[in-house]
Amino acid sequence: HSSYRQDTTPLFDTSQLSIASPCTETFNVMATGELNPNHYPARRAAQVVQHYLNTRYGSPFRLIGVQKVHSANAEDVADSGRKYQLELSVKETISNTTENCSAELFFPRGVEQHSPKVQASCEALLKIDTKAQEEALYQEYKRNQSLVSAQNLPDSHGRIAPDMEPFWQLGILASSFIMLNESNENTLYNVAQVANITQLATEDDQLKFDCHTLLHDMVSQEIIHWKLLFTWSPPEGVKVLQMEKLPHRHEQEEPPNTN
Amino acid sequence: MLELRQKLVKECGFSFCRHQVLRLVPKNDTHLSLIKELLVNNICLFFQLDIWRGVTDVGSPVDIRVPVHKIKLVKRYLETKNIKFSTMIKDLQVLLDKEQKVMESAAARVPDPKHTDNFDFSRYHTLSEIYSFQDMLVAENPNLVSKIVIGRSYEGRTLNVLKFSTGGTNRPAIWIDTGIHSREWVTQASGTWFAKKIVTGFRGDRALTAILNQMDIFLEIVTNPDGYAYTHTTNRLWRKTRKPNPGSRCVGVDPNRNWNARFGGPGSSSDPCSQTYSGTRPESESEVKSIVDFVNSHNIKAFISIHSYSQLLMYPYGYTSTPIKDQTELDNLARQAITDLASLYGTRYRFGSIIKTIYQASGGSIDWAYNKGIKYSYTFELRDTGRYGFILPANQIIPTAEETWLALMTIMDYTLKNPY
Repeated sequence: HSSYRQDTTPLFDTSQLSIASPCTETFNVMATGELNPNHYPARRAAQVVQHYLNTRYGSPFRLIGVQKVHSANAEDVADSGRKYQLELSVKETISNTTENCSAELFFPRGVEQHSPKVQASCEALLKIDTKAQEEALYQEYKRNQSLVSAQNLPDSHGRIAPDMEPFWQLGILASSFIMLNESNENTLYNVAQVANITQLATEDDQLKFDCHTLLHDMVSQEIIHWKLLFTWSPPEGVKVLQMEKLPHRHEQEEPPNTN
Repeated sequence: MLELRQKLVKECGFSFCRHQVLRLVPKNDTHLSLIKELLVNNICLFFQLDIWRGVTDVGSPVDIRVPVHKIKLVKRYLETKNIKFSTMIKDLQVLLDKEQKVMESAAARVPDPKHTDNFDFSRYHTLSEIYSFQDMLVAENPNLVSKIVIGRSYEGRTLNVLKFSTGGTNRPAIWIDTGIHSREWVTQASGTWFAKKIVTGFRGDRALTAILNQMDIFLEIVTNPDGYAYTHTTNRLWRKTRKPNPGSRCVGVDPNRNWNARFGGPGSSSDPCSQTYSGTRPESESEVKSIVDFVNSHNIKAFISIHSYSQLLMYPYGYTSTPIKDQTELDNLARQAITDLASLYGTRYRFGSIIKTIYQASGGSIDWAYNKGIKYSYTFELRDTGRYGFILPANQIIPTAEETWLALMTIMDYTLKNPY
């Protein structure tokens, strides 16, 4: 089977050789200058901006998603990395409002994997008033004697109980810190599912949660499991205390007869 | 909860009458070590504890199931050690019985449909429900629909293709596949809807009738049935086939990297544990080989593979950035198709070649089809753009299928009017 791994001779019918390029295409050349906003480099950069905006402006009642990239530009910065400039529109999913934003990103390059740096102006997002809902959610779960715990948000059929929706949003928000940290030009992260979110008792005025989240990376198509410990309150927003990547779930990939 | 019940019953095979589940919350390090002590082998065995939620750190709850005859002992033990606990579940059997009733009544509320008119397209269905649907559709429309078994999956399931035809022999045809990646549930659900749409639209819809008067449509709804079954029983996010890989504990091959189009190139993996593992050789997967054999023995003029998610409509290539010979024509047709798609609910799609729009991928189905001479080769990525991703709420199935159908009609109509 190793013969299929050589780069020199692709395996086609010989009649197809004139159509296909016989050259190796390792595609390491990154697009530079004006980027096509419909192609993936701009789209991946926009996703990083989305994660940044959620960490900065997100709440259980304010969740931001990329709507469209209008224009994008990329340039190499000496040997240290690549800088992107984007004009994009984002949508807040609950109020359904759309907002134009400008953003600048820097993807550092080097031996150690560093998180991208993002700057974005999107102040109109803050004008979406969620204070009343946030306060109500906070009070309800601060006062409550039993601690909330939910699994599989959404379930296999895409369902989330209405009173669990804020916890799904919280799980996504907290995951945004991870997705932001882990992003680079070769990733595109979304939350596939919040496997478990469990409220923990606290002595202070924060609500505290233990969360198991499943991230999907579009580029590798992998599902990556993370565990997080985070707090939330209306004034403080989400603060991640601990995060831990869990090992690849090979045990779920074992053939039935070994169980 | 249901999984838990199945797990318990499988392991113990007995009743959980008056078993309790206690929650212990370690408030400090002393508590933490006391609880750890409790859960250490011999003590745990003595109390016959079943750990539902293990020790992590201070403040994190620890849940233990205690059998009825040990409850007094365990509670006394906890009290002497000053470990606070609360009773999460007073009687596990009562809870399990309630659950069972709910499951049964849910099943009873929705009896199996006896006619495809009563099939609920706004729900996700099991493999057997979809296969029954296929048989019913054929039985109800014997002059239009037939089922062809093109092969068998690794685990022996039939690979079913519905043929929509008004007659003729070896007519030029459209190929559509959904569900090659099993976790992309909106695609199999949409495929089911398309099948019904073709039948109800025929004779009523002028454009569809014109297509069917001259061409056949072949639709494979569950292209990866082993994977689909696995997403129901075990892992909702399973993508690949279910064939074991010799020498590896990882199972499965990415069926959309297994085609003979620059097989093994960049954008596929040689690691069996990878989600884009291409397999050891092209067409090693019967799910792929069956389609190859079918296409080679039929007169396919358009080849459409449907995936989710990202809201994209793409044409070849995935394996190289060299544009296809028919780039301009396919690009224009794609632009028209997504405009028509958006006309229904405003859903925005991007379009372009695979390699520019999403990523480089080798061994893909539409690259193979295009290289075989099937000019109108396209791949869709359906809703959404990541908010729900693979686990799209069922209430979006029908809108997704409806809008996608408009794009499919545009492509099929064009194929009819532009023979080659």
